[in-house]
Amino acid sequence: MKELVVISGKGGTGKTSIVAAFAALAKSAVLADCDVDAADLHLVLEPKVKQTNDFSGGKQASIISEKCIGCGKCQDMCRFDAINLNGQPNDIVDKTFTIDPVSCEGCKVCVEFCPVDAIEFNDSINGQWFISDTRFGPMVHAKLGIAEENSGKLVTLIRKEAKRIAGEEKKDLIIVDGSPGIGCPVIASITGADLVLVVTEPTLSGKHDLDRVSQLTANFGIETLICVNKADINPQITGQISEDAQQRGLKVIGKISYDEAFTKAQIIKASVVEYTGGAVTEQIKALWKQVTYALG
Amino acid sequence: MKIAIASGKGGTGKTTIATNLACSIARMGETVQYLDCDVEEPNGHIFLKPNIEETQNVTIGVPEVDTELCNGCGKCGQLCQYSAIICLKDTVMTFEQLCHSCGGCMAVCPQAAIKEKQRRIGIAEFGRADEIYFGAGKLDIGTIQSPALIKHVKQKAINNDTVIIDVPPGTSCPVIEAVKGSDLVLLVTEPTPFGLNDLELAVEMVRELKLAFAVAINRCDIGDDRVVRYCQEQDIKILLEIPNDRLVAEVYSQGIKIIDALPGYEEKFLQLYQKINAMVAVK
Repeated sequence: MKELVVISGKGGTGKTSIVAAFAALAKSAVLADCDVDAADLHLVLEPKVKQTNDFSGGKQASIISEKCIGCGKCQDMCRFDAINLNGQPNDIVDKTFTIDPVSCEGCKVCVEFCPVDAIEFNDSINGQWFISDTRFGPMVHAKLGIAEENSGKLVTLIRKEAKRIAGEEKKDLIIVDGSPGIGCPVIASITGADLVLVVTEPTLSGKHDLDRVSQLTANFGIETLICVNKADINPQITGQISEDAQQRGLKVIGKISYDEAFTKAQIIKASVVEYTGGAVTEQIKALWKQVTYALG
Repeated sequence: MKIAIASGKGGTGKTTIATNLACSIARMGETVQYLDCDVEEPNGHIFLKPNIEETQNVTIGVPEVDTELCNGCGKCGQLCQYSAIICLKDTVMTFEQLCHSCGGCMAVCPQAAIKEKQRRIGIAEFGRADEIYFGAGKLDIGTIQSPALIKHVKQKAINNDTVIIDVPPGTSCPVIEAVKGSDLVLLVTEPTPFGLNDLELAVEMVRELKLAFAVAINRCDIGDDRVVRYCQEQDIKILLEIPNDRLVAEVYSQGIKIIDALPGYEEKFLQLYQKINAMVAVK
């Protein structure tokens, strides 16, 4: 079983459109949307949800206002500015402390040091994750709760489930749609993967971000391939990307032209390769061939 | 006034709007600061080409255990929620890269065996780009503490002046840290199904944070009218629309600001600034 992760460094380069096209070309892969912050793959693949699960990535502290003695120990010790003196009065004090759930990082320090045990520490529900069927095979995806954290843990969970399903259904490929950036969810989505495909664009920003994300994949020792989307927007930078890649022992394995078909396909909930038989479809098919070759 | 330029979806034009807006305001003679809080992939410098006058190492405190003093009681490991300090058979191990710097292990240690040492998570750069006060964070590769770095960069915000904050994409912790305390969040989107879906997520986020917000639509003539309809239904103001133009894409690709390449755009960004001012004044 192999796991391919598609990431980009810079956002909006076309990761999800390319993953949807790969899903169509692979026909029987397990799909995993690990861009849990802003998941979009479901908009094209229209998953039929078979199973919904709550995701709890951590715990959250909350002050029981009846018990609070207003001593302020919690506020003194909290390093995340999550504690405010704005709660209900009780029999003891005029104002009690409260915890802002958005700022709370669930470190438990306040719970530990409250002299009157007035702080509860419960599992927080940070989102939901789903196992679904799509026209191209099973899909694992999620919706992170509003203003929630722990996206890295959710990514790890989705990949684990995708692997389990691939094992059970004897699928030999998992395609992961990653998130932009180089931070926690990206690290969680590439750790231990077989192959990373970075989708970039020929802009100075795209090139700069490709540079940083390929340093990240190199640090993790993961084989990395590059695809330049919208390659004709700036052929000169497309050329520079290829040269830079070569110098680092990386390879640009595909170039895709700028084409409105990407947007049009999205609107009718189709992947690009289902929408058009045009030049971009041929380019994506050629790219897919290179990817499957690299996967062995 | 702090204006945060954010978006759920990546690549919608946050940095384009943030840099062009900052520059248009500066050319009018107002003091303006641009802070690049997209610390994982900062791109503002490509367009503003700042002179960096000060580079700071940004660190967070992580535990350092004095093994002589440690008696292996394990209280630190029991408290740590991030598996950043673990006690196994009387031996303490720390995993700095997982540490959130909450200080819990130090405070709970009965032997006072844990001190805090500084671990670098990235750099912050400050300088000038013509008349703009420039600041940016750059996260070290392989590091996960983006919010702590964003917080550091934002501490340099010049009070009482206009501060433009370039926010990372998404809706989770780094984004929340970046938009916190803004007078207005401008959500940049594009009129596509992906753009709409991620705009809805971003709107839910700013509503949860109780921040004032409005929308800018980039490449406004691609896709369909669902984003505009959504904004109308939700009573969300659209403050700026930028049409799809290959020339805009080409100048962007070269790191050139639109206001320097195409006529009429400086005016457009100043109008945006006026509309933002009007919204904040009403609030």
